[in-house]
Amino acid sequence: MPKPRLLNRDEDSLPLERELLVRMHDLMVKARVLEERLIQMYKQGHGYFWIGGPGEEAFNVPLGLLMKKGQGPAYDYLHAHYRQSATMMALGEEPIGALRQMKNVAADPYSGGRNFAGHFSKREWNIAPVSSPIEVQYVMAPGTALAQKRHGGDGITIVTGGDAGTAEGDFASCLVWSSRPGNELPLLIIVTNNKWGISTPAAGQHGETHVADRGKAFNIRTKTIDGNDPINAYLELKEAMEYVRKERKPFLMEALVSRLYGHSSASGANFVGNEQDCLAAFEERLEKQGILTRKEMDELRNRYTEDMAAMARQVREEPLPAPETIWNHIFAERK
Amino acid sequence: MANMAQAVRMALHYAEENLGVTDIFGEDVGAPLGGVFTATQGLKTAWNSPLDERGIIGMAIGLAMAGSKPVAEIQFADYIYNTIDLLKIAGNTCWATHGDWNLPMVVKTPVGSGIRGSIYHSHSFDATATHIPGWKIVIPSNPLDAYGLMISACQEINPVMYLEPKALLRIKGEERIPGEPEDDKLLSKMIDAPLGDRTQWKPQWPQLEAYAVPIGKGKVVRAGAQVTVVSYGRTLPLCKKAADDLANEGVDAEVIDMRTLWPYDWELIKGSVEKTGRVLYVNEDTEVTNFGEHLVRRTVEELFYKLMAPPRLLAGKFVPGIGLADTLEMASVPQQGDITSAIRSLASEQP
Ligand SMILES: Cc1ncc(C[n+]2csc(CCOP(=O)(O)OP(=O)(O)O)c2C)c(N)n1
Repeated sequence: MPKPRLLNRDEDSLPLERELLVRMHDLMVKARVLEERLIQMYKQGHGYFWIGGPGEEAFNVPLGLLMKKGQGPAYDYLHAHYRQSATMMALGEEPIGALRQMKNVAADPYSGGRNFAGHFSKREWNIAPVSSPIEVQYVMAPGTALAQKRHGGDGITIVTGGDAGTAEGDFASCLVWSSRPGNELPLLIIVTNNKWGISTPAAGQHGETHVADRGKAFNIRTKTIDGNDPINAYLELKEAMEYVRKERKPFLMEALVSRLYGHSSASGANFVGNEQDCLAAFEERLEKQGILTRKEMDELRNRYTEDMAAMARQVREEPLPAPETIWNHIFAERK
Repeated sequence: MANMAQAVRMALHYAEENLGVTDIFGEDVGAPLGGVFTATQGLKTAWNSPLDERGIIGMAIGLAMAGSKPVAEIQFADYIYNTIDLLKIAGNTCWATHGDWNLPMVVKTPVGSGIRGSIYHSHSFDATATHIPGWKIVIPSNPLDAYGLMISACQEINPVMYLEPKALLRIKGEERIPGEPEDDKLLSKMIDAPLGDRTQWKPQWPQLEAYAVPIGKGKVVRAGAQVTVVSYGRTLPLCKKAADDLANEGVDAEVIDMRTLWPYDWELIKGSVEKTGRVLYVNEDTEVTNFGEHLVRRTVEELFYKLMAPPRLLAGKFVPGIGLADTLEMASVPQQGDITSAIRSLASEQP
């Protein structure tokens, strides 16, 4: 694999404004601490299942920062999967919502205590509901993208999912539906490749050199990038999004990322030492370049840790949904 | 009078013009064919999709999320099975998101036997569809209802499954669709695509009127006092005919067309069964775990002491498919004679 264009930039001065770097770092820390809190809640019995995205912050934070946030086809749609708390934080979401979903309390803003952790949904920001079946989001994304193409403007649809899931037919459907000549769709198709299914390594899953190569057969512009470097991810995403916004055509991006706590609570949710930690690597660079000191970064982390511990205590006291609420929202009512 | 395919087409035209329908799509749904049953001919928002059922349902969900109003077609219900998890998601999206998202989408698909469609073009979908909460499910048995139910479906803000009994698609109605011309030949000239080159053809739509059959309301198509027959889709006209024939033998059967399978008109069924004390449910889906079994269960639980005879279900045989040979198809799903004898025997059954 040729070296991605923007790798190893740390020799140079960092190619983004200081303010943006500090903001990205802040959000990465916030998202990491949130996930660690969720894992802890799970382990303490304050939730039934954990799945989330520690290790993917370097990619997911820039994604959230670059999205055009709002409701309706003029804005970007995100058809996410369950590892995207960092994207939600970058969009401006408050972490307490994720804690409430973990504890499945009535105030869970995403599902009212009905769905797993990491299963976000927020219509106000075009965040399509995350659902557990792998890869289904890839067949829905062309729908919002078609509405956007018709609507005009520069809103795009973004869909993300894992590498193992690309074996599902829905991934192929996405390539087919987004690239029909004359009917190309403004769709940024993202695969975050952490090199694992649950316990099945990438080599046991598929034979193509890069997942992104599959786009080539459909004349879709493609790229495999290092998703563990937030600066690289930011610049690559910006370029890809500009292309999709302007050309109204699909782009397939494969981002190589880490899976720092294994697949989910189903595989223990313990820290995996041999994966690259994007946050630690970024902090080293920030320190070396004099952007932030170790002390500042430690203080930030401690502050978030305390904040979220307090939130978790608060959430523990909140009521579960009333049993009769099972009957709510089976159908939408015309208001 | 219009046939059901024409009625669906006219309703969709009305919906494009008046109800905000943005996309009518599926395999071969757009020009030049306009659907393998011609139900989408000449519609201005009709387009051909890739041959990908999961893609079709996914596209409809995405369009609905973005505020469009799609009508997606699965060419035959037999091919909807590989989208079952997507149908489940469409049905649970509102609930799963605690009311944050709703999906105003319609999925239409031809169901059932009657065109000698063999193993993969004859299956019903009512039992499976009614097993997926969050959907409204309608199934017309005549062109006027087909028109009115499609209009209601297009007005819905929830997912609606519109099942088209394919055996009835070519049968003319007994009632005129509001706005339909008096002359059938004229109607055909106006809205049926010509054979051969259609590139220049444009339909000439009649001045159609709003006419909605409310979702959730059944209809008594024949009043009677002795036995209640509840059906829908292809078997409904057979039940009506059976009841008319049996009147000569002194059997007075009431026939109810459910029209909507979910949410269904229990009050109508209940009132009738309380009156007659006998009920026969008729449909052509396979009989094991059949929607009619649910109706039988409810009848037993709620109306047991009103019954003069056990409630009965006449449904398709639990066999893996419908064989092509006439004899095989006839033996697999209820036919006119089966229905007549079932009503006759139920009417004469004594406690
Ligand atoms: C359709 C479907 N099949 C199986 C599963 C069970 N499952 C949950 S996560 C997962 C592995 C997903 O791996 P990948 O797509 O690489 O995403 P990652 O979790 O690594 O981000 C599986 C098999 C599922 N949720 N959905």
